[in-house]
Amino acid sequence: MKRIYVDEKWCLGCHLCEYNCAFANSGKDDMSKALKNVKINPRIQIEEKDGISFAVSCRHCEEPLCVKGCITGALSVVDGVIEIDKDKCVGCYTCIMSCPYGAIMPSDDGVVQKCELCLKNSHGKPACVEGCPNRAIIFEEKE
Amino acid sequence: MAIDFLYPEFEVVRDKDKCIGCRVCERQCANEVHSYDEDLDCMVADNAKCVCCHRCVALCPTRALKIVKTNHTFRENANWKGEHISEIYRQAGTGGVLLSSMGNPKDYPIYWDKMLINASQVTNPSIDPLREPMETRVFLGAKPEKVEFNSRGEIKNNLTPQLKLDIPIMFSAMSYGSISYNAHESLARAAEELGTYYNTGEGGLHKDFYKYGPHTIVQVASGRFGVHKDYLNAGAAIEIKMGQGAKPGIGGHLPGIKVGDDISKTRMIPEGSDAISPAPHHDIYSIEDLRQLVYSLKEASDYKKPIIVKIAAVHNVAAIASGIARGGADIIAIDGYRGGTGAAPTRIRDNVGIPIELALASVDQRLREEGIRNKVSIVVGGSIRSSADIVKAIALGADAVYIGTSALLALGCHLCRSCQQGRCNWGIATQREDLVRRLNPDIGYKRLVNLLTAWNHEIKEIMGGMGINSIESLRGNRLMLRGIGLTEKELQILGIKHAGE
Repeated sequence: MKRIYVDEKWCLGCHLCEYNCAFANSGKDDMSKALKNVKINPRIQIEEKDGISFAVSCRHCEEPLCVKGCITGALSVVDGVIEIDKDKCVGCYTCIMSCPYGAIMPSDDGVVQKCELCLKNSHGKPACVEGCPNRAIIFEEKE
Repeated sequence: MAIDFLYPEFEVVRDKDKCIGCRVCERQCANEVHSYDEDLDCMVADNAKCVCCHRCVALCPTRALKIVKTNHTFRENANWKGEHISEIYRQAGTGGVLLSSMGNPKDYPIYWDKMLINASQVTNPSIDPLREPMETRVFLGAKPEKVEFNSRGEIKNNLTPQLKLDIPIMFSAMSYGSISYNAHESLARAAEELGTYYNTGEGGLHKDFYKYGPHTIVQVASGRFGVHKDYLNAGAAIEIKMGQGAKPGIGGHLPGIKVGDDISKTRMIPEGSDAISPAPHHDIYSIEDLRQLVYSLKEASDYKKPIIVKIAAVHNVAAIASGIARGGADIIAIDGYRGGTGAAPTRIRDNVGIPIELALASVDQRLREEGIRNKVSIVVGGSIRSSADIVKAIALGADAVYIGTSALLALGCHLCRSCQQGRCNWGIATQREDLVRRLNPDIGYKRLVNLLTAWNHEIKEIMGGMGINSIESLRGNRLMLRGIGLTEKELQILGIKHAGE
């Protein structure tokens, strides 16, 4: 299955992926309209220290601890993609505690959010990948 | 504090309605123009630091930015232009030589734009390159005087080493040091894919790039940086750099700050030391001396590689080229006064040398008159801006062209002409690790391949229009050119007729 991979060699730490993510999941059709005066809460986040940076988002693990730990069955694996059903989520944050990558976070609407490869939003394909100016985030099949 | 006489040249215009305060502009500007003001809760800009490289403009996700030239003005004066006044202020403040980079930007005539290309109508058929074969392959090197046979009547191979170019375009010399590792890798990979050559420049060849050797021209310049036997034998040809269009008669100076571990090893000089290329080669004071170096290099490479001699286009270029041809060079590269550089004294860049179009025409004419045109191939550089310039250059007598600035533009250069500051926001003319990273060679090499592929299509299209199906038939075919708005003298030097004639 195609996954998002990051290459810290080419990551510039520009944080554009975070903004593209926030925009893609905003449901709005204009970035300025969507993000003006908004403190973004993106599903992908840049980690940086000592001149090295890279983006972290859900790895869509084959044996996901978050799905295993979910007490309501809100998290499930659909065709390899870990999806969240916000109607079932009760916001217990077990998944946040169990994700080894820190790729699940509280959402602005009370429950939790995670990268779903932009499959459910209007963008249709990963916005972080498309917007990366230096091809540091790629979306491909890898063994 | 002293009075600052200079008003910023550019102004950053930010559309506050569009700006989302993502601070990408701030993170991407190595000149530190942009910053976030907490008190005002918005992004602000220090215009004085802006060099107009458009990095922020290109990366702004909401297109909230643009850079404009300031309309702040001095009292109008046709003689004392703002530029003159500002430069005097700058020099009066520092006492230094003004430095700048890339090519001569002044408003001198551009002869490419004063020549028009012919096309077939009625009496000879034009050719559709999409339906019929069209040859743009060229071979550079000396061509034999005559066909020779051995005692059994078989043709003797009396051909000296040749460079085979699938397209008549090569990447001109840009050293590792003046441009980044990633820029070099992009050029090398593109040259390999396109079946042409890139040029190491005078900074030696990084060990990682020996694998691109068959598509590399290695340069020997006055500083002799990184020159050793393996280096000479690594490339497909060896170029002796006598001069450079951007700064004829001037040497080079790579500041010690740019000579890091990798560059120090490649150039074979101590880390942190200034890499100074003398203005002349200290062992070349005549054509005879040049001949000695040409043959030394041929000896060192076992007569297996063509030797290129690169000179800047200067007043006496035709006679010099004749001497070079007689000195044993296989290829002469001529660099016009618009040629680029990573750093040159502004006055030299803007006032020394001559246009490549005139230099090319006079060199080709001279070599033909002397009956030695076959002894050398001619490669021209110094502002080849499009495929049309290439077609015109070849019709004037060039065998191929060198492109430097166009290649850098393809990699993202915006001609802000601030290379000498070493803070290239596009990761090209810099050695700062965080900036070099901005040029991903996977993207860069593809853009170069795209550009040259597109140009090659256009060259074929233009040739087809003229009814010519091989670049060999276009070379020196000056009847395919007509001048427009040129004087008798200019037409005479270019060896072309005026439009309508």
